[in-house]
This record gives sequence, structure tokens and C-alpha cells, in this order.
Amino acid sequence: MTLTEAPGADPHHPGIAPRRELPKAPTGINGLDDVTGGGLPRGRSTLVCGPAGCGKTLLAMEFLVRGATEFDEPGVFVAFEESREDLIANVASMGFDLAQLEADGLLVIDHVEVDGAAIEDTGDWDLEGLFLRLGAAIDAVGATRVVIDTVETLFGTFTNTAILRSELRRLFAFLKARGVTSVITGERGDGSLTRHGIEEYVSDCVIVLDHRVLEQTSTRRLRILKYRGTLHETNEYPFLIGASGVSVLPITSLGLRHGISSHRVSTGVARLDAMLGDGGFYQGSTVLVSGTAGTGKSTLAAQICDAACARGERAMYFAFEESEPEIVRNMSSVGILLQRWVDAGLLEFRCFRPKFFGLEAHLFAMQESVTQFDPAVVVLDPVSDLLGIGNGAEVSAMVTRQVDFLKARGITAVLTSLNTDTELQADHHIASLVDAWLLLKSEEGNGEHNRVLYVRKSRGMANSNQIREFLLTDQGIELADVYVGPQGVLTGSARQAQEAKERSDGTSRLEDLEQRRVNLERRREAVEAQTAALWREFEDEADVVGRLLSHGSTGTEDRAGQRAEQGRLRKADPTHPGRPPDPSADEPPGTHP
Amino acid sequence: MTDGEGADAGADAGADAGTDAGTDTARVELTLYVNGASDLSRRAIANARRFCDQNLAPPFTLSVVDVHEHLDALRESQILAVPTLVKSWPLPVRRLVGDLSRPARVLEALGLPAIDDTEPAPA
Repeated sequence: MTLTEAPGADPHHPGIAPRRELPKAPTGINGLDDVTGGGLPRGRSTLVCGPAGCGKTLLAMEFLVRGATEFDEPGVFVAFEESREDLIANVASMGFDLAQLEADGLLVIDHVEVDGAAIEDTGDWDLEGLFLRLGAAIDAVGATRVVIDTVETLFGTFTNTAILRSELRRLFAFLKARGVTSVITGERGDGSLTRHGIEEYVSDCVIVLDHRVLEQTSTRRLRILKYRGTLHETNEYPFLIGASGVSVLPITSLGLRHGISSHRVSTGVARLDAMLGDGGFYQGSTVLVSGTAGTGKSTLAAQICDAACARGERAMYFAFEESEPEIVRNMSSVGILLQRWVDAGLLEFRCFRPKFFGLEAHLFAMQESVTQFDPAVVVLDPVSDLLGIGNGAEVSAMVTRQVDFLKARGITAVLTSLNTDTELQADHHIASLVDAWLLLKSEEGNGEHNRVLYVRKSRGMANSNQIREFLLTDQGIELADVYVGPQGVLTGSARQAQEAKERSDGTSRLEDLEQRRVNLERRREAVEAQTAALWREFEDEADVVGRLLSHGSTGTEDRAGQRAEQGRLRKADPTHPGRPPDPSADEPPGTHP
Repeated sequence: MTDGEGADAGADAGADAGTDAGTDTARVELTLYVNGASDLSRRAIANARRFCDQNLAPPFTLSVVDVHEHLDALRESQILAVPTLVKSWPLPVRRLVGDLSRPARVLEALGLPAIDDTEPAPA
């Protein structure tokens, strides 16, 4: 009935339709559709197999429930192993109300009871009774999805396996003919996927579930062994059975399609913000704070939380080493008061030992908490503790998932990591994932050790390349300049000594300057005095010269007056007054005839 | 084949058969579920009738149910394979699948005593 819905198929040229994808029935199961490229093969059978307790039945049931509630595809659950009541009770914890779905005509649970005792065989038979029941159930709700859990139980009932096998083959043909998308479960056998080899009848899609215990923690894994006619992920994926059903956690399906932000968020340490350039981290970035024991990683993380809460944002602190009261007390000793934010509902702690869960359970628990609380900042302190519950590659894969999850939600993540002085092993697994990496180190020397901080990596920020001394004060974290001299970086008392030295050097320089200023002043006074004396001298001289000049001009007038008088007396020719007297006029009288 | 039970049931059946009382404990109740349309089912019906006539002392009942027409009965009795013969009385309930082509096997599987010694008498 649904086979005709194949998208992209050209009915006129079925042979040349480009990239014809198999029609698929989305499972609605968190992550499974990503791994299968859209769901299970529509109108065909999928075998889900694995050992006892691996979650086959739950996966199959969720396929039906999601189909009925999300895709408007009613389903039939044929249960060979569990009663209807047991099934209803078992999935109620995941929020599935099977009884309601049945009442709504979206689901039929048909419990096929098979006697523990073998049924005696007295000749030929077939499974027409089962087919009839199944057919009737499908018709009752118009089902397009069918689960048969677990058909292999029949091998314990019927002794004539030759007939049973041919009838099972007929059963799968029957399901295909009805056009239903079916899930058949099977228990893992020795050396084969299922105990009785029913995988040979189901050739379209095979999903293998596994349930392993490694280092005392159990992990469920899912793998698509086979999916005819479709590209699928071939890796093993961890999956979880949580309060909202099955969740498969593919690492590659998320892609790198995060929305990005150029908004900066402050770390709460002004000088650190300055070191990162322009006011702190990018919102939604992932920050690794790594360092040796006791270098202040947690304090820095707490300071970042404090800053977020002070801005009115929510922060969530996952602590793997300390309890909430311990953290609150310890941070208050350096002036970071977290209790007020807890009381205000802005800060939440999640404290547990990493060994308590498997890696995936951790991831899942964190994601659920984050989804509920919706924080702007998340701290994992320390992420290196998770190393204890898996090998490096696993932890790295897990942290990658976590980072992707947080990034996709635009949450700023602070991961702390404990390392020893020489090896940064833990960090290198995750260093490539993070956007910024702050390294805290312990500088030893002068009979003391001091903390220093530098920005090892910071994507997309004009960060400082300088080392700063990292001080824990009563008012939280402060950064101080370090002194770089011939002996290397100076911190602590050496820095203070250097500072004192520079201060005293500065003082003497200042005194010297003052002295020179005074000297100069005196010199200026001397120069001014000299100048004044010179001026006086000059003025005296000028006075004399002036007087002299004034005397000189009176004499000329006298001489002209005398000449005119003499001329009058000698009856000389009148001359123009003021005109230089004619030299001939000056001739003595009597020289003219 | 629990000997004690079988022997008791056989003794009762024999006694009641003699008096023809037809009490609950005496009778044998058989139901044959068939798929009416198939050769296999027709063969099973014939075999069942012959088996009852030849191997069971009255009173006995043999009802034949066509599963196509009685889906509820199919579900209630948890019938998967057809033909299935169910002995619902005397206890224990037994189920047999197949076309009942081997009477000796059927008798053994039903847990009923052979009536070879009584069979020649009426004949």
C-alpha cells in the first residue's frame, strides 16, 4: 500500500530514474534515522538481533509507538515472549501509553502464547493460523508497521523444523505482500546472528545490537550490518535506553552545522578578557582549561559561572570530583560566592563519580540535564576524569558528541582537564575539538611555586601570547604581569622583588630628575640675572648715545644761525633759509672785486 | 504420557462406556481447527474422523472449526498451525499439529490409552 510512495521514482522510466533511493519508513527513534539515512526500508522486513537484554523489544516497540504517534502509521505488535500486560508495563516508564494507543485504534498487541511443551507432530501442517491472526490484526487498525518479537520462539514449539522454516519464509513473503514495514527480532546464537539462522529470510536490513561490559561499566551498541540498496553508516554506535526511549548517538550525523555567534562573553576576569582580545570568549565556544593539580582550573571555571550568573544567565556545573557544598565552600574562600546563584536558580550542580555510569550514560544524562535546565554556560570538571571509564579514543568520541551537542545549542562549554607536568595526553584527545585552550602551569623556583596562565590556542581571537601570573585573591582571580629577565619568567616573590627593585630604581631616577630640574631653575635664574645686567648696561649706553645725538643736532642749527647773522652783517645775498650756505658766501669779504 | 493419569482416565472411560452414563469425567472432547479451503485440512478432517471411530470409545465429541470463520476461536485457543487437534478433556490439554496421518502417533500424543482390547468386541 505504501510502496507506491517512492519519491523520485519516475513511473514512465523506472529504469533510468537518477539516484532512486529506497523508500524509507522513519523510525522516529532519536539518532537511528540519521544512522540509517532516513529509516527502515519501507514495505520490507528488518531483522533486529542481539543477545538477551540488549533492548531489541524496546527498540521494536518504539518503532511502532513513534510510527503511530508521529507518522500516522498504525502498527501491530506480535508478542511471542511477553504478555500484553507485561509489555504495557515495561514501556510505561518511557512514557508510552500502549493501552491508550490501542484504544485509539493505532496499535494492536497480539500476544501469541506458545506452550512450553512441544506440540506433537502428526504429519503436514502450515502456519495459516498465525497468518490469519496477523492479517486480521493488520486489517483491524490498517497497520503499515508490524513487529514480530521473537519469531524464533516457534522453534521451541514445533519439532518439524523443515516445515517451520518454509513457513517462516512464507511469513516474510506474506508481510512483503501486505506492504507493511516490519521488524523481526532474533536472539543472537553461537556463531550466527540468530539462534536459528532466520537472518537468511530477512535480506533487506539487519541491525545488530550488543551489550558489553568493559571495565565494569556496560555499554549498549548498535550497528547496521546490512542495508540493501542504501548507503548507511557502518560504525558501531552507542545507544541508550532512557526516560524518553531509545537514543542512538551517532558521532558523524551531527555534521558541523552549528550556528555561530560573534558575541563575546566575559570570563569574569577583566585581564583575561583582555588577553583573549575584545572582551572574552565567543558565545557558544568550547574552552579547555588544562593544568596540573592545584593550578586553579576549577576556580577559573567557577569564576566563569559566576560571571555568567551575574549577567543573569544560567550555568550548569558538572563536577566529577567534588560535591556541591565542597565547591561552594572552596570557591567562597577566594571570594567567588556561588550559593547566591544556586539560591537564585541560576546555577545548578550535577555531582557524580564518573565510574557510576558508562560513557554513553554520562553523555545522555548530561544532555538530558542540559536540555531541561537550558543553561548558557556548562562546566565539565574535570573532563579528564572520564578517561577512567574508557580508552582515549572512546572518551574523545564521547567528548566530541558532548561538544557538538553543546555547540549546536549555542552553549559556552568549559572543560577542565588535569594533566601532569610532562604529558598532556588527556588534553590532546580533545585539544582539536576546542575553540580556546587556556593552560595553567605551576612555575617552580625561589623555593616556591606560582601559578601562571597563558592562552595556548584561541580560534578567531586576537589573543595575547604573553604569560600572566594567575593569582587567587579574596576577590577572585586576578592576573598580573610577569617579569621576563635573564633568569626566565619571574613570578611570586621574585616578581615582587623585581617590582620593588624597579620601584626603587624609579625613585632614584625621580630624585635625579628633581635635582636637575632645580639646577636648571638655578641656571635659568642666573641667566635671567645676567640678562638683566646686560640690559641695564645697554640701557645706560643707549641713554648716553641718545643724549649725544640730541646735542649734535642743536649745534648745526646754531651754526646756520651764525652764518645767517654773519651774512646779514656782510650784506650777503639772501639765501634760502635751511639751505646749506653757498661756499662762495663763505669767502672772506674783500676777495670780490 | 503419565501412566497413572492415563490409566485412571482409561478406567473411567471404560466403566462409563459400559453404563452409558455420559458423565463429565468419561467423555473425550476433541476440537480440530482447520483451514477449510485446503486439501491438507480436508485430509485432516477425514483422518480425525477415522481415528475417533477406530480408537476412541464413546462418548467422545469431535468438533471441527474452520479458522477462517472463527477468528475469535483461533485467538482464544492460540492456534498458529493448521490443522491443529486439541484435546480439551480429559486433562491435560494436548495439542497436535499435522494431518493426523499416523493414528498410533496421534493416540500416543493425546495421552489416551489404546483400546485395542475393547475394539474387537463390538466388531
